[in-house]
Amino acid sequence: MSPKIEIRGFNFFYRDFHALIDLDLLIPRNQITALIGPSGCGKSTFLRCLNRMNDTIAGTRADGRILLDGDDIYAPDVDVTGLRQRVGMVFQRPNPFPQSIYDNVAFGPRVLGLASARSLDGIVEESLRGAAVWDDVKHRLHDPAQALNPGQQQRLCIARAIAVKPEVILMDEPCSALDPVATLRVEDLMQSLASDYTIVIVTHNMQQAARVSHQTGFFWLGRLVEFGPTGALFRAPRDPLTEAYITGRRG
Amino acid sequence: MTATPAESAVPPEPTAPPRAARSSRLLAERVIEAAIALAGVSTVVIVALIFLFLLRESTAAFLDVPLRQLMGTRWYPIEGLFGFLPLIAGSLVVTIGAVVIAVPLGLITAIYLGEIAPPSQREVLKPIIEVLAGIPSIVLGFVGWVALAPLVQQLGATTGLTALTGSLILAYMALPTIISISEDALYAVPKAYRDGALAIGATQWQTIWRVVLPAARSGIVIAVMLGIGRAIGETMAVMMVTGNAANIPALGPGLFLQPVRTMTATIAAEMGEVQRGSLHYSTLFAIGVVLFVITFGINYVAGRLIGASGGPRRRGQL
Repeated sequence: MSPKIEIRGFNFFYRDFHALIDLDLLIPRNQITALIGPSGCGKSTFLRCLNRMNDTIAGTRADGRILLDGDDIYAPDVDVTGLRQRVGMVFQRPNPFPQSIYDNVAFGPRVLGLASARSLDGIVEESLRGAAVWDDVKHRLHDPAQALNPGQQQRLCIARAIAVKPEVILMDEPCSALDPVATLRVEDLMQSLASDYTIVIVTHNMQQAARVSHQTGFFWLGRLVEFGPTGALFRAPRDPLTEAYITGRRG
Repeated sequence: MTATPAESAVPPEPTAPPRAARSSRLLAERVIEAAIALAGVSTVVIVALIFLFLLRESTAAFLDVPLRQLMGTRWYPIEGLFGFLPLIAGSLVVTIGAVVIAVPLGLITAIYLGEIAPPSQREVLKPIIEVLAGIPSIVLGFVGWVALAPLVQQLGATTGLTALTGSLILAYMALPTIISISEDALYAVPKAYRDGALAIGATQWQTIWRVVLPAARSGIVIAVMLGIGRAIGETMAVMMVTGNAANIPALGPGLFLQPVRTMTATIAAEMGEVQRGSLHYSTLFAIGVVLFVITFGINYVAGRLIGASGGPRRRGQL
């Protein structure tokens, strides 16, 4: 099967700082790819390149190619909002809008004009079910989203992301603000989403990477040191840096 | 000079402060709390006192002038006619005009500054706009008199000193407040909300309109209310440019092109000429009471609007 995302000779700069250096990797379709590495190694920057969220930061520059189903997402004629509909994102801290639970999920379909008012209810329910948060909220869809606990908020944000039927979901340390129980629920959710979506997750938690992902990439100072099937990378890392990091001697 | 490692490694034993020192610290704490409480309560007391003072000075007007006459359409104090309606209408027309001009313009400017302008522009523009707020109103009165009035006259008014002239000046005075406070409110909206919206595929404008503005709603309502408050309470500039005719403006397309007289201008213009303790004197205070009640009403409505919004609630604003 062809890869979902193909990264070829990709470099990224914050003004003069060379944040990502010569990245080459293939992100497989309908799998979970985990990116690990110490703080500041570039893994989050890389994630935000995949839906061009870094465009919102002044003074950034990308070089090289990122192909989504074979099309370069950095090509000059790319519609960035269309790209972001295809490549959704879940952030480190749950960030539901200060609106009702329903309006949060309906936001994407509304702004993208995906649904008539009648089918909107269906999309909202389907997305909340898909994000395993429907049972928590079905009786209070019009309550403020801020009233939910952090774990529910994060699953609501996942529901909000899948409501626009993306192909890829990027997750930037999605569990770092959650307690262990909420973390496990989100991890279960990721596993069940993987059959329909290509998921890329940045995590600080190596056990999490080992538990949920099929592929793991290890970033170090802006470079991708090692990339491969998760089991092999954790059991028998090829690079001494990777080994030092996952055994806790570096980082 | 320097402590040896052995010394610095052992922290001094924490010892309980002597009883006397502890009770004096407790006393200090109480004093500070009392002082803070006093400061908080005194604001309320002062507002209440001002209102009582206004009421006392205006009692004669409310007792001696029949309510029917106070609600009347003619303000001729010399003839003993004290109808507030023309003055209320004057204030209303000028204020509404100012709000209609200043609120959209102010909001659009705030959105530009907060959401669209590059930081370098924002850093230059915002302080300049805030300086505008410091221009003495009498100076704006001059500008209105010299520069605006002739332009307004060209619109077809018999004189350049009209409600519209007043509205334009007031709008200009309210703009810095509206811009600055709503821009602060937009600025306070967490970047995470914008990122969330953009990451779904919303355009910048959809993000501003559907996420950022609603999230900043309470601050924007405050900005608008403070702007209106500034407009309705303003005296000098308005007195100079509205023509000061105590007539109820005729409704119609020329509504804003007629001279009017506001409540504040009436008080300011006539206070110096009335005999202390006369009925006229008392009536001017009664106008003050009306103004006070209107301002209170505006603040109450603002409070309700903020309370009804879905954003973070902060009770008791304004």
